[in-house]
Amino acid sequence: MSAFLTLRNGEFSYGERPIFQNVNLDVTKAEVLCILGANGCGKTTLLRCLSGSMRLNKGSIILGDRDIRTMKIDEIARKIGFVFQEHTAPFPFSVLEVVRMGRAPYLKLFAMPSVQDTEIAEEKLNLIGMYHLKNKPYTQISGGERQLVLIARTLAQEPDIILMDEPTSHLDFRNQTIVLQIVNKLAENGLGILMTSHLPDHALLFSHRVALMKNGNFITSGKPADVMTQQSLKEIYDIDVRMVNIADPFSNETVVMVIPRRDSTVIKKDD
Amino acid sequence: MSKKKLLLLILIPLALFSISLFWGRYTISPWEVLQILGSRLFGVEHGLPDTLETIIINVRLPRAILAMLVGSGLAISGASFQGIFSNPLVSPDILGVTAAAGFGAAVAILMGGNATAIQISAFAFGIIGVGLAYLISRVYKTSPTLMLVLAGVIVAALFGALTSATKFVADPESKLPAITFWLMGSLASASWKDVLRIIAPVVLGCGGLLLLRWRLNLLAMGDVEARSLGVRTELLKGVIIVCTTLVSAASVCVAGVIGWIGLIIPHVARMLVGPDHKVLLPASMAIGAGYLLLIDDIARTVTAAEIPLGILTAVVGAPFFAYLLRKTKGGWK
Repeated sequence: MSAFLTLRNGEFSYGERPIFQNVNLDVTKAEVLCILGANGCGKTTLLRCLSGSMRLNKGSIILGDRDIRTMKIDEIARKIGFVFQEHTAPFPFSVLEVVRMGRAPYLKLFAMPSVQDTEIAEEKLNLIGMYHLKNKPYTQISGGERQLVLIARTLAQEPDIILMDEPTSHLDFRNQTIVLQIVNKLAENGLGILMTSHLPDHALLFSHRVALMKNGNFITSGKPADVMTQQSLKEIYDIDVRMVNIADPFSNETVVMVIPRRDSTVIKKDD
Repeated sequence: MSKKKLLLLILIPLALFSISLFWGRYTISPWEVLQILGSRLFGVEHGLPDTLETIIINVRLPRAILAMLVGSGLAISGASFQGIFSNPLVSPDILGVTAAAGFGAAVAILMGGNATAIQISAFAFGIIGVGLAYLISRVYKTSPTLMLVLAGVIVAALFGALTSATKFVADPESKLPAITFWLMGSLASASWKDVLRIIAPVVLGCGGLLLLRWRLNLLAMGDVEARSLGVRTELLKGVIIVCTTLVSAASVCVAGVIGWIGLIIPHVARMLVGPDHKVLLPASMAIGAGYLLLIDDIARTVTAAEIPLGILTAVVGAPFFAYLLRKTKGGWK
């Protein structure tokens, strides 16, 4: 499959402070690509640049067959959806209303969402299993449900690519798992998904490709089990880990997981 | 929204409008009001004294219409600002429109201008104030909404001080009371001229806001979210600020400073029809129009002298807001 979203020689800096430089990236439909890296390595900024909301200093982003710089913001929103880390709204919009907002890139300036738009929103809510919440205030559902509703809203944009900035942070174990299961399902249905994560196991278990980022550069990328090694993880996180192979009783496949060292190497023992 | 609520939102302002025509210190029966209005519309003689006709046609009718224009204008401006600032505690004067317009009026009074000059000066300074706040907010680019609010505080403080300065130098026998009274808000001198003067900016501004009302939902979710949905947030916010400024500057220039309506009415509307701006904006207009009609009826009938509107809206509004805080437990969720 050929890439749908391509970044070539990307470079970005806030004034004098460089965030990333010389980054190349391809996002393909029907796969999950996960970016791992320490806090402040430039993951979020990279995602913002890919979504067109921040301009690269150098390099180019091709979306479909067009340079993103020549595209209007609503044209981009029809192809790329963005799920943010955490979101709270000041007003108690209903869940359905929030999902319906995903239709905005298709609506003219003065237009209101039509019956069809509402149907699309309901269909997407149904797809991620949140239909029963449609009349609930968005401010009164749990953090996990809110994240799923935001994914439904992104789906209502009918994009080809979804960018997710740490979609599982702030969520409990159950909701992290549900979000990642849905992410995998969406990729099976043909969407391209680029997400960032802080948990290496998420990349190992739920993504098709992984890119490891350090100080604004990818040090390696490829299949998670191939490129995530104790050396490469040591390089991006600066801690000792070991990789273990275990049999996944659900699928009978062998999966790789990460075990961190348990005794502290940071705090020195009292003399 | 249910049919019942829709009916209430149309009928209550209409009922208050009718009451405003025959209720007053000069008693005119509803039947007489109908005769006079009928004679005007269909050219039939009514045989009633000319004084009655003058009171209805030239005093109460323009005053009631003005109250509705100003009330609905302030309410829709407040609802829109609460939307674009994603903050339910914002009022239409957050960008300094009222403070600046107040200064404009004070200066015009100080220079001995007539009513027209005072209105033009108030309107112009209202626009200048918001323009200034907008320019100041551009200095720092990363968090435009916060900068707008801070710039509004700066502009309001500056024009507040300048207004105090004009009061300080004003003649305490004649001009100082005039300035003070203007700043407390009143519709006592309402005339058809006032209605004609503000109808264009109010209709233009309200029309723009009503057309964009669904987009306000998107802006209320926050800038970053709205941009990811393909909204050109800065442009849209700019247009909405222009619309609200037209409406609120026009309202202030004929009615003086009337606080609280733009802050409270959107909350009442939200309790009634929910937070969706698609219905919230029209509902705010209806409730705002009804509310100011009621307040103005009280202002002109309770005592022999007119009570300034700003005092009444605050006396009624402040306890009501406290009640709202209690009922919603501090959040709006």
